[in-house]
Amino acid sequence: MTAKGRKLTYSLAINEALHQSMERDDSVLLLGQGVKSPWYVGNTAQGLLKRFGKLRVIDTPVSENAMTGAAVGASIVGMRAVVVHPRVDFMLYAFDPIVNEAANWSYMNGSRTPVPVVFWGVVNRGGEQAAQHSQSLHATFSHVPGLKVVMPATPFDAKGLMTAAIRDDGPVVFIDDRWLYDVEGVVPAEPYVVPIGRGIVRREGKDVSLVASSYMVAESMKAAAILEREGVDAEVVDLRTVKPLDVALILASVGKTGRAVIVDGGWKTCGLAAEVAALIAENGLCGGKNLIRRVTLPDTPAPASRSLEKGYYLDARKIVEAVMR
Amino acid sequence: MRVSPKDLYRAMVRIRVCEESFVEPILAREILCPVHLYTGQEAVAAGVCAALSKEDYIFGNHRSHGHYLAKGGGMRELVAEVYCRETGCSRGWGGSMHLVDPSVGMMGSAPIVAGTVSLALGAALASKIRGDGRVAVSFFGDGASGEGVLCESLNFAALERLPLLFVCENNLYSTHLPIDEIRVSRKIFELGIPFGVTSRRVDGNDALAVHEAARKAVSMCRKGKGPVFLECLTYRMRGHVGPDDNIQGTHTDIRPPAEVEKWRRKDPIRRIERHILRNRVASREELAEIRAEAEAEVREAHDFARRSPFPGEGITEPT
Repeated sequence: MTAKGRKLTYSLAINEALHQSMERDDSVLLLGQGVKSPWYVGNTAQGLLKRFGKLRVIDTPVSENAMTGAAVGASIVGMRAVVVHPRVDFMLYAFDPIVNEAANWSYMNGSRTPVPVVFWGVVNRGGEQAAQHSQSLHATFSHVPGLKVVMPATPFDAKGLMTAAIRDDGPVVFIDDRWLYDVEGVVPAEPYVVPIGRGIVRREGKDVSLVASSYMVAESMKAAAILEREGVDAEVVDLRTVKPLDVALILASVGKTGRAVIVDGGWKTCGLAAEVAALIAENGLCGGKNLIRRVTLPDTPAPASRSLEKGYYLDARKIVEAVMR
Repeated sequence: MRVSPKDLYRAMVRIRVCEESFVEPILAREILCPVHLYTGQEAVAAGVCAALSKEDYIFGNHRSHGHYLAKGGGMRELVAEVYCRETGCSRGWGGSMHLVDPSVGMMGSAPIVAGTVSLALGAALASKIRGDGRVAVSFFGDGASGEGVLCESLNFAALERLPLLFVCENNLYSTHLPIDEIRVSRKIFELGIPFGVTSRRVDGNDALAVHEAARKAVSMCRKGKGPVFLECLTYRMRGHVGPDDNIQGTHTDIRPPAEVEKWRRKDPIRRIERHILRNRVASREELAEIRAEAEAEVREAHDFARRSPFPGEGITEPT
């Protein structure tokens, strides 16, 4: 079981986190649309219903607002609920329980009731799915005090951050990406957590810091390999948690390289890249012209046509261009 | 468990005396946070909560002083919270609209209309998962009948047969709007029927009737025959917010004076008082004593609140 180097896909790493968390703690439950069906959530929920029963694994009606509120309410009275939204877009119906209730609950009740709930949203875009089957919205959630937001980039982090999110006593938004589901990586078999609020340097370099999260970490790694051939030594910082940011890690990296290219799979205006850029500038780093760049989605909704998608979504080439520009 | 009319009277009088005690400090601007007084609706909170055990859960709304007190929340902590003091039940971070005391099952209240309905749904779901026999109650007003989440919650509660009591306190006004301007049918309880939820209406100013209906509903919930929807027809005797919307809300109380007067004659406390005296459950003197006790308790709570410090400045979260 603990054989070193065991590999698992990103989606099965999430599945293992759920199995182990539910086994360890009777108060953990999973609810949401499609937990019975790979059509919705891939294989992330496989085996859970059979093992833990329909009381704790609930495939729900299409009622995002009430189902998310139910997850919050159950967590207020001592459960640890994970509510899954097979597409982040669907979570907009649940903004009231997430933002008004869960995020504020502990504060407005004088810290008397913790709300250990996980809002799990899946980014599921591309494939000509257009504007309402593609949004990420991590910046929107990060804007709200009281919410933590994590975005794993690797199978190891997918398991460790899901486990950490479930064990956390406050509300955590866990955003994963279907484009990563088949990626394989080393995942220890035993339960473990990746601490919320801590990023990691994926590749050391001295010329420029590529600061990224989730799927953009993989593209940044590809970009760094291309840049190496061009004689540019790029460092890749994986944020892992986008709220709260690992400020020390970001500043240390950019302090070293003197240049930051921030790569984000969200929109530009008021986005994650803007926040990271402001943080760097506020701390007196990268003061010169052209030393901070943002590589983000354009400020437009996602298109359908494959030809338009190609221009819309980010890849290593666009990151390289931003560095070389 | 059926409580005596005398206990219901005591619960209602405590709420009434507490609510009326806020009028002066609000008008004197000693209390600044928005206060939605429960005067007139006491029979609902008292009747329902008397049917619950301490372990059962309730979730309230913006007008929840009565729910908090009826469920067993402390008077001092309530009054101090309305004054936004550190000694309040939410340590001055919540104010009048965020009352909580988990130790007696008052799990919280919030002013997003219907915002806590789904939280009560989740508490009922937790109860079913754990098999602990607890019942959850959601208190909301007629205004919440316009929110989609109420229908979502009715459906899921029915589907899962959850031990959840939906209590709609229909006071005929959604802030300033009369009920006829927000929906075609006045029968809000009928909302539950298409979802397969046992639904009925009760006179919300008759504490005994509310209590009897709640007792039956709670018993059904405990037997796995929930959820139940109970519409309690009642009326608020004060403003939507504050003592009088025509003072604070600059002439926004458009309720006809004759209508207000009609409901004043249906006062739930005078009604149970008559019942008690007619049936010799208690004497006039005993009732006067109960009232005097409540007055002393409330006075002491105001003194406590006024003596209490405000929360410290510069902290980022309550500790």
